[in-house]
Amino acid sequence: MSKTITIDSKMIPFQEGQTIMEAATAAGVYIPHLCHHPEFTPHGSCKLCTVNVNGRGCTACTYPAIDGQEILNETKELNDDRRKITQMLFVEGNHLCPGCEKSGNCQLQAVGYYLNMLDNHFAHFFARRDLDASHPDVLIDRNRCIFCTLCVRASREKDGKDVFAISGRGINKQLVFNSESGQLKDTGLGVNDQAAHICPTGAILIKRTGFTVPIGERRFDHNDIAETGLEQEHSDHG
Amino acid sequence: MKQFIQDLSEKNHHQATRLLQILRAIQSRYHYVPADAIEQLAGLLNKPRTQIISVVEFYSFFHLQPKGQFEILISDSITDHMLGKINLTSYLARQLKVAVGEVREDGIVSLDNTSCTGMCDQGPAGLVNGYALTRLDRARIDVITDLINQQKPLAAWPVELFHIEDNIHKPGLLLKQQINQGAALNVAFKRGLKETLAEIDKSGLRGRGGAGFKTAMKWQFCSEEAQSERYVVCNADEGEPGTFKDRVLLNSFAHQVFEGMTLCAAIIGAQKGFLYLRGEYLYLYDQLQCILDERRKAGLLGIDILGQGLNFDIEICMGAGAYICGEESALIESLEGKPGIPRNRPPYPVTQGYLGKPTVVNNVETFLAAAAIAVNGGDWFASVGTAKSKGTKILSISGDCARPGIYEYPFGTTIETVLMDCGAANVMGVQVGGPSGTFISNQEFDRKLAFEDLATGGSFIIFDESRNILDMVNNFTHFFAHESCGFCTPCRVGTSLLKKQFDKIVEGHGSAGDVAALEELCQVIKGYSHCGLGQTAANPVLTTLERYPELYQDKLKKISYEPGFDLDGALEIARRMANRTDAGAHLTQVGEDHE
Ligand SMILES: Cc1cc2nc3c(=O)[nH]c(=O)nc-3n(C[C@H](O)[C@H](O)[C@H](O)COP(=O)(O)O)c2cc1C
Ligand code: SF4
Ligand code: FES
Repeated sequence: MSKTITIDSKMIPFQEGQTIMEAATAAGVYIPHLCHHPEFTPHGSCKLCTVNVNGRGCTACTYPAIDGQEILNETKELNDDRRKITQMLFVEGNHLCPGCEKSGNCQLQAVGYYLNMLDNHFAHFFARRDLDASHPDVLIDRNRCIFCTLCVRASREKDGKDVFAISGRGINKQLVFNSESGQLKDTGLGVNDQAAHICPTGAILIKRTGFTVPIGERRFDHNDIAETGLEQEHSDHG
Repeated sequence: MKQFIQDLSEKNHHQATRLLQILRAIQSRYHYVPADAIEQLAGLLNKPRTQIISVVEFYSFFHLQPKGQFEILISDSITDHMLGKINLTSYLARQLKVAVGEVREDGIVSLDNTSCTGMCDQGPAGLVNGYALTRLDRARIDVITDLINQQKPLAAWPVELFHIEDNIHKPGLLLKQQINQGAALNVAFKRGLKETLAEIDKSGLRGRGGAGFKTAMKWQFCSEEAQSERYVVCNADEGEPGTFKDRVLLNSFAHQVFEGMTLCAAIIGAQKGFLYLRGEYLYLYDQLQCILDERRKAGLLGIDILGQGLNFDIEICMGAGAYICGEESALIESLEGKPGIPRNRPPYPVTQGYLGKPTVVNNVETFLAAAAIAVNGGDWFASVGTAKSKGTKILSISGDCARPGIYEYPFGTTIETVLMDCGAANVMGVQVGGPSGTFISNQEFDRKLAFEDLATGGSFIIFDESRNILDMVNNFTHFFAHESCGFCTPCRVGTSLLKKQFDKIVEGHGSAGDVAALEELCQVIKGYSHCGLGQTAANPVLTTLERYPELYQDKLKKISYEPGFDLDGALEIARRMANRTDAGAHLTQVGEDHE
């Protein structure tokens, strides 16, 4: 007998050591997420993947699957709250989708669509965030950073470089770069590093590749993230 | 500076886990952490500079820009406010000729606010270069101003400025009598360690730091882990505003606390322990080191303790201004020299704690009680209290009462009794358990101190009828936004939004839907945050909204919608540019005119 969990009444088998997210993804069940990426150590910070496990809220990306768990995922309550969490991310930074190169390929935007987010709901922070255009090949716009730490993890775990870190406390966090000048050009970041390509939003962009795929033909323009997200992650897995 | 940092790093064996201690020394010497120091440390500790910067920027007591040679911080606890902190700070700023948040031009002095310093029974309080100042008033401020202007080193300041009272007004089971040095260990070795753990189990002792987990069970779990390296950590971060009992325990009962830690080490098989002492208690550091030395000399610490083959020693690590480091996994991160960001659970610290090894984290009072239980037996403790909450609880009482200080009560004692003992009159309500706890009104004073009714880590702040509840909520809500570690979205963004939304209502800009929106926001923060900080950050609003909804509703304007910003204010720049002051250049907020 293989072990199973149920998500919204659907039986899902899992292997010992898998998280709820991993078990769900393998079974084709989408759980909204932003800071999670199958190739990196789970972080558990965005809280979008919160599911109800036997009556308690848990982040699916970090919580282990345990035989017999009864999990709620697609409920109105959860999605309403996930929408509010997404709205929090939108008002915290400065996300101006119409002018952003990532529009249509952006997971933050796509999750917003998926959760039927029609406005920002909360008051904007209008935070002052700096842009770093010093690197010859990579541009970083901190206005769009959501602190998922995927670039931090990618640089450390895959590129072996530790180019990025999140500094500061509370609402005053910011992405910092590992160079004496503090500028991106003086770090060891290369254009082919995973860290340069992992950002779920438009905070890290590769220069001179903008709009090669026109708006309207991008990843989330015709399919919602529940479908494309899963396919992408399956193919990422190889 | 190069030599200083080189020596400092060497003294700390170039261990990255010692980063906070190293940065404390640098901040103390240079009054900031210079960029060159970070570069040098990155090399010496073999740690990316970004990780050092993120530690500097995480803790309130570290700065990338120079502070004054005298760094003055004034405690921002609600009790300090009740004692006239605002006026006093303005006076201090005028005398010193420095604005709050600034460094004086000559670089001699800087002034700022800081979260509760744990002196609520003898405020208004502050810190100068990390050392606690109490009972501030204008006379003391005049003295301090002179000392600073003469640039007198702290060692030459009058000692009464730094005098700190214990204020133990009602000792009980634990505070009436200290155990003799070594008594708990002697009894435990004689009785047997398993049997002693059984006594602690029988006593029903639950953690005194807040969560109330059964202590014996925690120790048992940790001892059962397969790893051979284990750690004991005493949580003396005591950051909950209004709590100061651990300060008193460490000042006057430190032997017993260390004995409790050593007992734990014997039972779980640990060789190393840490006392994580909040930075605000720097004044206790030297005396605690002396006590550790005494214990080493007495064979109660170190190699082969009491000839029983137990090797265990305790190191004191200081925090640097971050309430979140009281959360046990954040505390462990901090001990490892990192920002205090709570970990994901599972795994719990008992299985993977400090450096990934099984670790017991307990509150100061828990270790104190465990040592006493080892000597006096489980029944001694369990015979006091209620069925679910055994023994006594030590309270830190502050606010509107005649005798603020330390009181020890059996669990099950009513709030009424406590209020009578400390001389509180015309009480409007009490904040039990600090900002993260519950506000109870004067209709509820028959309620009891107990895990099953009013749980508390010890904070007990009294408000009389003259106080404005919303001032309190305002103070607490700002506190949480300031202390949020920023790891998770609901707390990082939510606590700041909560602050804005609350301010909007209280400042009279709220309209019909705004209280509902406030409550809705509270539920997201409470329900989705990663750790106890976020999960309780909305409590001040929620518990007062439940009891005094009219206080909030009365603040609302009688219009259906009010923008979150000041329309007319936003036009100010345009008016200046157009050189206009006439009525036509002003806007009223939507709707008000049409009532
Ligand atoms: C934000 C936050 C702050 C905390 N602060 C403290 C503290 O200052 N002292 C403490 O003992 N426990 C504190 N705790 C509780 C600890 O996480 C932990 O439960 C406790 O130290 C365990 O010891 P105990 O079982 O003896 O209570 C805090 C928890 C949270 C979430
Ligand atoms: S709840 Fe707040 S303090 Fe706790 S992890 Fe999240 S952001 Fe940090
Ligand atoms: S995806 Fe799980 S917390 Fe972000």
